[in-house]
Amino acid sequence: MIKISSLAHVYDKGRNLKFPCWEIADMEQWLLLGASGSGKSTLLNIISGLLKPSQGEVLINGTDLYTLSAKERDRFRGRHIGIIFQRPHLIRSLDVLDNLELAAVMAGLPIDHERNLSLLADLGIAELAKNYPDELSQGQLQRVSVARALVNKPDLLIADEPTSSLDDENANQVIQMLTTQAKDNGAALIIATHDGRVRDHITKTYLL
Amino acid sequence: MNIFKISTKNLIRNKLTTILNIILVAFGVGILSILFLASTQISNKLEKNAKDIDLVVGAKGSPLQLILSSVYHIDYPTGNIPAKDAYKLMQNPMVKRAVPLALGDNYNGYRIVGTDSNFSNLYGLSIQNGSFWHKDLEVTLGSTVALTTKLKIGDSFFGAHGLTGNGDVHKQHAYQVKGILKPQGNITDNLILTNIGSVYKMHEGKHTEGHIHAAAEEAKEINDKQITALLIQYKSPMSVILFPRMVNQSTNMQAASPAMESARLFSLIGVGIDTLQWFAIFIMGIAALSIFISLYNAMKERKYDLAIMRCLGASKSKLFFLVMFEGVLVTFIGTCLGLLVGHTALEVIGIYQESSQAKLTGLTAIPQEIYLIWIGLFIGTLASLIPAMQIYKVDIAQTLIKDR
Repeated sequence: MIKISSLAHVYDKGRNLKFPCWEIADMEQWLLLGASGSGKSTLLNIISGLLKPSQGEVLINGTDLYTLSAKERDRFRGRHIGIIFQRPHLIRSLDVLDNLELAAVMAGLPIDHERNLSLLADLGIAELAKNYPDELSQGQLQRVSVARALVNKPDLLIADEPTSSLDDENANQVIQMLTTQAKDNGAALIIATHDGRVRDHITKTYLL
Repeated sequence: MNIFKISTKNLIRNKLTTILNIILVAFGVGILSILFLASTQISNKLEKNAKDIDLVVGAKGSPLQLILSSVYHIDYPTGNIPAKDAYKLMQNPMVKRAVPLALGDNYNGYRIVGTDSNFSNLYGLSIQNGSFWHKDLEVTLGSTVALTTKLKIGDSFFGAHGLTGNGDVHKQHAYQVKGILKPQGNITDNLILTNIGSVYKMHEGKHTEGHIHAAAEEAKEINDKQITALLIQYKSPMSVILFPRMVNQSTNMQAASPAMESARLFSLIGVGIDTLQWFAIFIMGIAALSIFISLYNAMKERKYDLAIMRCLGASKSKLFFLVMFEGVLVTFIGTCLGLLVGHTALEVIGIYQESSQAKLTGLTAIPQEIYLIWIGLFIGTLASLIPAMQIYKVDIAQTLIKDR
């Protein structure tokens, strides 16, 4: 379970953001809504341990993220949080399977070859395991990045604007995929978006 | 799947840059290793061969040439000296041991040296097979000579006039192999030893052969009984100043010190070696710069990769190590390749070298080469340090939001 309380962040340039308290129970699926510039990305970065807030705390399964050292926080993120970016961002010198293995290695976990293959199969891209990222289409890349986020069986899956560059059909597919994969893998899900198409799939919303 | 694999994969992805950097490093290291190897081998050889020789007395001319011809057996002799003057010097009280040398013939490029038993005492020679020469026309072969000419004890062969080439063969007298020396690791491995009488006899023979011009000259040489040079060992170091002056002033011969002349020779080659050394260091510098630039440029693109790895749980120090490792890996491969190239090149040079006396080989290693590996690793570290430091500056969140 994830809990944020009395969270606020002040940027160097003077922008001041305050975030309402938020509790996410295990396996709950949430939308994080807000106009651009409202601090969606900032909040996601804070929750995923990439940006230390000026004030307040983030508890994930009872661990206060910002009392950990930077190194411990990196490791914690690798093991407990899966992040899906707006752009797929795969390592281009590694093939699809290696990209998945990288996630385990970077988090300091053993490589589970079977799981990686079954993840790819679940996402319908099993035959691409040995392909390199530049041989894949945008949709396929997006799937690989979802698979990569799930490799370490995270407690929380965070997706930042996963649909913004996709057409209706693909957007639908991606949302479907995220919600079912999060459920199947026992992870809570947060989708940050200002895309109206997503609202039909997820009811709980946190508005900024 | 680990950091090493990621580095290697990334290097393979950027093949051309990687190869260029490896070649630059290999080139610099290769030149340096050739220089190191060649100069140590040459100076070792010079030292070993002149170890117990304090002075060489020979005909007037270039002292360096005298040393090269009679100690290192490389150059041609300066001329001959009258045997009776030489023997007078040998009796001098300052002389502990004097070895007369009569040069003039060769067999397949190996010099036939007429001398006496003092020669084997001077160089501490010992026999592997057979015995030392006793009578005229008996020879004892150096180990390398025996190995390459495949002559065995009891075999006989004809010497050729001159110090190289097989042009003018002394057909009338054949030498007979009496013994083969143990490998000494110095110049004697490449010599054919006999007594002075044999050398005289060879050239007497010429007389009957009818080379009128040459024969007349040679006849005179033999009538006056000349030798080529005299190797001298002093009784006490005090003689270093007195004896050479005595020889140079009161006789028609010159005295040259191997230590001084080889030092002079080395100072002459030294300029070339220094220049090459700076050239190699310059190339290594360029290699470092090239590695630095390619890593630094790659960082712009790799920022995303590294940001992703951070998101996946890698710590900054881990990624710092990743970038460092790439630079160091390139220089390490380059250094090893360079050493290999250096050794191979020197071995090839050795094979094509004409003078068998100063053969270079790439099959030995010297301790300095370990420094080369360290220098290589140091350059790699230095060149990747600044690009790797970028890791600490990258704002992951910002980087990943921006498009590629």
